[in-house]
Amino acid sequence: MNPKTPLIGGKKSLITRRSALKTLGAASALALSPGYVRYAQAQTAEPLKLGFQLHSTGIGAGYGRWYDRTTHAAVKLINDAGGIAGRQVEIITEDDGTDPKRGAEVVEKFASQHKVDFVFGTLFSHVVIGSAPRAGELKMPYFVVSEGYHVASGALNRYVFQPGITDVRSQVSSMAPWIAGNLGKKVTMIFPDYAFGHDHRDFFTAAIEKQGGSIAALLAIPPTETSYTKYFAQIPADTEVIYHVMVGPGVLTFVKEMGEHFGSKRPQIFGFIDSLEAVDLASPGLEFLDGTYFWEAFPRYAGAEQSPYDKFYREKVGVDANGASTGDPKDIATYSHMFGCWETLYTIKQAVEASGYKSAADKGALIEAVEAITSFAEGNEHPQGNKTFDGKRHQCYGHQFISKVEGAKLNVVHKTSIEDGLYENDTDYTKQPL
Amino acid sequence: MIANQRSLILHAGLIVILFALQFLLPDYHHTNFTSIMVLATYAMGYNILVGYTGLLSLGHAMFFAAGLYGAGMGVYYLELHPVLAFILGSVAGLLLAIAIGLIALRTTGVAFMIVTLMFAQAAFLVTLYFNDITHGDEGLTLTQAARGFDLLGWHVDLTNPSQRYNLALALFLGALLLCLALVRSPVGRVLVAIRENEERTKMLGYDARRYKLLALSLSGLLSSAAGAAYVLFFGYVGSSFAAIPYSIYPLLWVLLGGVGTVVGPVIGTLLMFYLIEISRDHTSSYMIVVGVVLVLLVLWFPKGIAGTIRARWWGWIP
Amino acid sequence: MDLGPHLLLALLEGTVSAFVLAVTALGLSLVFGVMRIVNVAHGEFFMLGAVLAWWITSLVPEAPFWGFMLALIGAPLAVGAIAVVADALVLRRLNYQPEATIVATIGLLYILQQAVLTIYGPDARPVVAPIQFRVVFPWFGYSGYKLVAVGAASLLLLAAWYGVTRTKFGLIMRATQFDRETAQAFGIPVKRVYAAVFALGAMLAAAAGVLVVPLQQAHYLMGLDPLLLSFIVVIIGGLDSLKGTILAAFVIGISDGIISVFFSPTLAKIIATLVVALVLVFRPNGLFGGKAR
Repeated sequence: MNPKTPLIGGKKSLITRRSALKTLGAASALALSPGYVRYAQAQTAEPLKLGFQLHSTGIGAGYGRWYDRTTHAAVKLINDAGGIAGRQVEIITEDDGTDPKRGAEVVEKFASQHKVDFVFGTLFSHVVIGSAPRAGELKMPYFVVSEGYHVASGALNRYVFQPGITDVRSQVSSMAPWIAGNLGKKVTMIFPDYAFGHDHRDFFTAAIEKQGGSIAALLAIPPTETSYTKYFAQIPADTEVIYHVMVGPGVLTFVKEMGEHFGSKRPQIFGFIDSLEAVDLASPGLEFLDGTYFWEAFPRYAGAEQSPYDKFYREKVGVDANGASTGDPKDIATYSHMFGCWETLYTIKQAVEASGYKSAADKGALIEAVEAITSFAEGNEHPQGNKTFDGKRHQCYGHQFISKVEGAKLNVVHKTSIEDGLYENDTDYTKQPL
Repeated sequence: MIANQRSLILHAGLIVILFALQFLLPDYHHTNFTSIMVLATYAMGYNILVGYTGLLSLGHAMFFAAGLYGAGMGVYYLELHPVLAFILGSVAGLLLAIAIGLIALRTTGVAFMIVTLMFAQAAFLVTLYFNDITHGDEGLTLTQAARGFDLLGWHVDLTNPSQRYNLALALFLGALLLCLALVRSPVGRVLVAIRENEERTKMLGYDARRYKLLALSLSGLLSSAAGAAYVLFFGYVGSSFAAIPYSIYPLLWVLLGGVGTVVGPVIGTLLMFYLIEISRDHTSSYMIVVGVVLVLLVLWFPKGIAGTIRARWWGWIP
Repeated sequence: MDLGPHLLLALLEGTVSAFVLAVTALGLSLVFGVMRIVNVAHGEFFMLGAVLAWWITSLVPEAPFWGFMLALIGAPLAVGAIAVVADALVLRRLNYQPEATIVATIGLLYILQQAVLTIYGPDARPVVAPIQFRVVFPWFGYSGYKLVAVGAASLLLLAAWYGVTRTKFGLIMRATQFDRETAQAFGIPVKRVYAAVFALGAMLAAAAGVLVVPLQQAHYLMGLDPLLLSFIVVIIGGLDSLKGTILAAFVIGISDGIISVFFSPTLAKIIATLVVALVLVFRPNGLFGGKAR
């Protein structure tokens, strides 16, 4: 109950371990992990409190576990290097159950009970959409790591930012030219039937039509679905490319059933790695994926072109060259999303230090400092690569990757430029009052 | 008359305490009490059905959600005045309750439980199916601007914690008065008679079905009024409010507080709310508390808190 | 895809879900038939079966086939033991009073589900199918294991059928179902029969969970769907009748398969739940109507 207790690695870690059945005692071990107990004595300044809205349970749990790990790795690094503006960072974690209703309550709790400085870390777009209005009303800076288009679209408010990961609209727009040029022009899309999937549907449709392609069919999968074979029957025979994106606990089933359905007589398949985040490509039943393509934001397998920054980041988070946990080769990371937490934390650091933020009274200055950012340079702070940042849209734009599955590994075959993903819209949050 | 005076002191005291608490509670608990008063209204609505007719519903989430969606979509799509939206949401729940009542009240006991569960599940699926309008899981949020209005020269901002608290208190007071009036009215006595012995009541010439329909309608109306207030106060409507847990919660609150008592639902809601809050701080599996309390209640404490107090000490509690 | 192959796929999918559903629903039906209680925690027994299957198979990663066989026996036994404990600690103390039992089993649902969340975690974990092959039709391929699961489910159904109609335990069960007091007067240990039936129902659900887990992955929230579907099947099929339950499982499974392929799966579920509600209301002599107060 005591909000002052540093909660890092503490209460929620019982269920954040893959080998849960073996490690009932792990929670206490994690609570004592180095780096988080020290500051309490060592620092004189009040810590900077970050509310971490985490999907510990519910359908986002697979991502949540890795968001947690990445966040704590970055915070440890920041704190060991002296913190943010000389203040240690304290992470206060609340589980939102991947439920938008609970998400809004969690934001409320961060603001009024824990009295945090900022809230960050939300992934699932429906939770962001449920929570963001409350953050705006409470005038609480809210940094999401969701890749949804909801920030840049102008649907949210001045307090919401997405500085760590490119939005879906930009991602899919940059994929269309390559797909049309290399795989085919008649595309059937399979996507989840809610906002995240609808962004894929709307923006990819527009982008592929711009390339002279067309959509053969749109298959929206309801969020409660557990069996997918029946949908594959609706894929038209003249489909040249299947474009799939799926999230939630059923992703492995989804991909496996696709393999059973098509076998080797398949059209070209292009997927968003979301369909296989946290899933081992060597899982039985996924052999058919060999020769198919995936979008990745950050290549899971460390290839020949690995940057020194990726190497550094992997080591600190504890991910091996195959994108798995260094402790358990079967525990696959959500590598194309979780770097967003890391980069967002460094953006917060940059903005706090630039604005001279001290307390809640300086939130306006902080917001303006984030809005003043125009780009991020590639480095240990931004290992995924350089990015531009649009202060009016509160959204960053970076490079994307296309990888081919070869021998149960992903090899990068194409890297987009930032310009490939640019689009027009007239969102301008800076016009809203603070 | 002694009993009446005591009852007056008890309920007036409750309202005075709730009014005074707003000046004492820290921010976070201030907001919590606002939702507790709204949810307690929902629980009182539930209690009208189970407490005064003996019918256990497993589907009240559909009435709560009817109020929530009625008011929420009224504001979101029709840009209704929040007061009108509140009325729209409440009426939507009332109409749904009448419709469901006409069908489901042909059953009793276990069958009634399953029928209401099924109807509520269908209602939940409807909120997902009409994704284009309801936005399903993701839901709709109401802007701060849409939740402000002028009434009789007074500007109300529903995002203002203090105004919100007092409006929730007013809603709760209204529900409390309605329940007290119902218990004392001849209608209330007939309802209790039906609960105790339906056959005998029928023989006395009362049309039991009509009285039960009345109870279900009132129950649905209070539930949907709570739902409508909830969306206007907190600005979010989504399908998780229509899902099974929201049918289980009022059952739990009422069982814990005391079935068939006027103050029971609010006691149960308050305790359960904080029990869940506290367990959330220790585990992600906080719903286990709901399970354990339900089992303990049916095993050893079927009368609930207010019911036990009434049975042992204060027989006058209405 | 043309109409013919499309229909074939719908039928295949429908058959698979019908068989798995029949096993799950049979458990619920037995418990209601004999004990006159509605077990809302039935879906959690299904989930426990799947989760235990993951655990047992992960103990022998080098031999997935034998691991799975072990799970097929071990998981239902463990779940049956849990059911016996739940019966002794909760249901028996309530004297199987119908409404109190429903509330208690709702409590049990949350206890089991959240205990799994605590111990096993929130992730969906895969279990490798014991036998993997792909059946290739001219128009599409189909999971061979799904057909194996159909075979295994039909064996289970046959065994249950035999147990209920041809064995002494089946006779005792039916006698208890027919008239509890008289059965007791004739020296039948009703309490033990109830415990055994509750365990048997749970074991059938767990076995269905084991059969399904290679197709779905084990997840702590997977119990809700089978629960609701079993309700639908048992209510439409008529509660006292095993034949009715199995028949209804096929009607529901196959029509759900077809409606889902040609229309929306959500719409299929809405229609099914509404039909169930109306069946309960308008068949006053069947189902719950007779014994409810």
